[in-house]
Amino acid sequence: MALSRLSSRSTTLLQPLATAAFPTSLRRRHISTDTTPITVETSLPFTTHLVEPPSRAVETSSEELLSFFRDMALMRRMEIAADSLYKAKLIRGFCHLYDGQEAVAIGMEAAITRRDAIITSYRDHCTFLGRGGGLFEAFSELMGRTTGCSKGKGGSMHFYKKDASFYGGHGIVGAQAPLGCGLAFAQKYSKEEAVTFTLYGDGAANQGQLFEALNIAALWDLPAVLVCENNHYGMGTAEWRSAKSPAYFKRGDYVPGLKVDGMDALAVKQACKFAKEYALKNGPIILEMDTYRYHGHSMSDPGSTYRTRDEISGVRQVRDPIDRVRKLIISHDIATEKELKDMEKEVRKDVDAAVAQAKESPIPKPSELFTNIYVKGFGSESFGADRKELRKCRHTKIISSLSTEQTQA
Amino acid sequence: MAARIHGGAGAGAATALSTFNPKKLVAPSRTNLPAARSSKRYIVAAAGSDASKKSLRVGHSQKLIANAAVATKADTSATTGTGHELLLFEALQEGLEEEMDRDPHVCVMGEDVGHYGGSYKVTKGLADKFGDLRVLDTPICENAFTGMGIGAAMTGLRPVIEGMNMGFLLLAFNQISNNCGMLHYTSGGQFTIPVVIRGPGGVGRQLGAEHSQRLESYFQSIPGIQMVACSTPYNAKGLMKAAIRSENPVILFEHVLLYNLKEKIPDEEYICNLEEAEMVRPGEHITILTYSRMRYHVMQAAKTLVNKGYDPEVIDIRSLKPFDLYMIGNSVKKTHRVLIVEECMRTGGIGASLTAAINENFHDYLDAPVMCLSSQDVPTPYAGTLEEWTVVQPAQIVTAVEQLCQ
Repeated sequence: MALSRLSSRSTTLLQPLATAAFPTSLRRRHISTDTTPITVETSLPFTTHLVEPPSRAVETSSEELLSFFRDMALMRRMEIAADSLYKAKLIRGFCHLYDGQEAVAIGMEAAITRRDAIITSYRDHCTFLGRGGGLFEAFSELMGRTTGCSKGKGGSMHFYKKDASFYGGHGIVGAQAPLGCGLAFAQKYSKEEAVTFTLYGDGAANQGQLFEALNIAALWDLPAVLVCENNHYGMGTAEWRSAKSPAYFKRGDYVPGLKVDGMDALAVKQACKFAKEYALKNGPIILEMDTYRYHGHSMSDPGSTYRTRDEISGVRQVRDPIDRVRKLIISHDIATEKELKDMEKEVRKDVDAAVAQAKESPIPKPSELFTNIYVKGFGSESFGADRKELRKCRHTKIISSLSTEQTQA
Repeated sequence: MAARIHGGAGAGAATALSTFNPKKLVAPSRTNLPAARSSKRYIVAAAGSDASKKSLRVGHSQKLIANAAVATKADTSATTGTGHELLLFEALQEGLEEEMDRDPHVCVMGEDVGHYGGSYKVTKGLADKFGDLRVLDTPICENAFTGMGIGAAMTGLRPVIEGMNMGFLLLAFNQISNNCGMLHYTSGGQFTIPVVIRGPGGVGRQLGAEHSQRLESYFQSIPGIQMVACSTPYNAKGLMKAAIRSENPVILFEHVLLYNLKEKIPDEEYICNLEEAEMVRPGEHITILTYSRMRYHVMQAAKTLVNKGYDPEVIDIRSLKPFDLYMIGNSVKKTHRVLIVEECMRTGGIGASLTAAINENFHDYLDAPVMCLSSQDVPTPYAGTLEEWTVVQPAQIVTAVEQLCQ
């Protein structure tokens, strides 16, 4: 069961770009179907608050490790491509990149199902991909095209995928915390036996609404797992300068917490599996993922004014999540270095193809300005009380003339 | 009167439209008002000389004494004979209970709504009937429980979120604006947010500045939400039911002082159209647009006006976003004078937007500038007399009508 889920997941990530150009021998390696369990110990122990830690020995398989590697490489490559697109001014506004933090998204996906809900903040590109979102939809949305996952109307901070229980994608820091507890409430209300993972950052950890939501979740025993992705910088302010107590896993007070090495995908997987079981029985639990982002807060932040380049390169050398999995794969003889490099090249080709395809996608028509404001298209027209007369508002008349101009041009 | 479905979201805007010809608009068929053209001629002739004006007045008041000066509701209660009498808060409760019976996805969340029964008794008895999971007592954290309601709505539940006083919802403004109003759009249509956010607002009896706020003016710009204001037990129940059934987020504004209004409402099930205004009293001389509590001040002024020989048409706009420009427009075309009476502040209130909308759309039909009577731009004082002066009183309405109808 795990096998089919994992293999279907990794093919979904590459699905929109299934081309005949890649030799199938590269795709289907004889080792990737090997599910004999391999036990790996997490690099660091779990630190706990009010709960017993899960075991440090994580069960995985070569197939899972390879999928981790490929998916994380894909996410990394996507974020770097987004960086170039932003500098080429094809992506505008805000663009918050997740490279360095991939292990959190990947490890979480490995531990849960698509019925469990995930909601996160604006750093959502990779989480979207992890939930089964396509590269093409992601790039189209970033470039504001109609083929984007939100039809080009959301942008970088508003990726959603309802059929995979991915609830976005929120621009206001911390606003997703009450929403996430609402999702957990709905799961409890409908007796779904699923949990909600509400992700927020170390910056949002000081938001009042987080504690409000935590209180309600604990009071009503909601199946909510609150995950603090602690990358140690809230925009440009280091955690020690913004939080009196940076032990975010302890700040739930009466809610148990677990501190996890967020650069170790297997530790993340173990923690999320543990947290899901806990939340279904006992109510909320907090996971603090100790992670790091290589880019600045967003593309307009160089990321080096509040931290040294040495620090960034140091983390990259010692704790990079993809390198860790690469070393694991090589040490367990699952694949050779060259094969992994070829996999990365393949991933790069997929990303480039998606970017190229997204660049060709159409921009939204002017009429799209007024769709999806209200359900049933209401808002740009007003009806007579007996619905016999239809009267258009003035500005829609202007827009419709715009569209005829466009078609004539 | 259930809301009809408009097919093809936004499709109409893109296709070529037949040019809207306002003169082709037909007067509403529901009432027995004379056609627009003839009444226009009538009033133009009357506006000329004093003598004719006097005769107009006399003629009118003779006709008017036959009509009832008090509200004649078009969609009135007890049309089928039997009905039951109840107070406005009971009507809200009835509507809520019926919807909760009908759809298991409807739940209520708010402060003291459960065991306490609601601070205005709107949710009385519901917790006993439906249990703690469907009628949820929340802690005092508007931001969080509004956000939770919205998050639950994203999955398909239909929460009714109560703000104990509308003013408290300012704490939840971010959730209401960004997540409630905009999520349907920013997700490209993936999520609908069928929440109802309701609560009492408005100026009460010396409740103080912070508890007398009118939030309809703050919320009106939020794209993606609908706002309605109820004013009678009949439309309170109807609007509550319609709001719960609507797929869009609806903010239902109740008024602290209207909860004990008594009226007879039909026994059979009914819902009111969310986007429709209510014709309270048809008339000829001037259109008075109002909503919520001011409706009663207007009707009180109407009595005086009728005795003085005026024939005001009173419309309770009910739908604050979007405006029912169809009914309003037809009325303006008939009377050519508009007075807006509202409880919002002067600056940026519902009246300000309505004035702009009427000027934009019906400018050619106006014989006088649109006048808007609103509350003063002051925090509501505690002292009783001062509080009275912040809100529009019937005497001011009478003066305004006399001024407009000169």
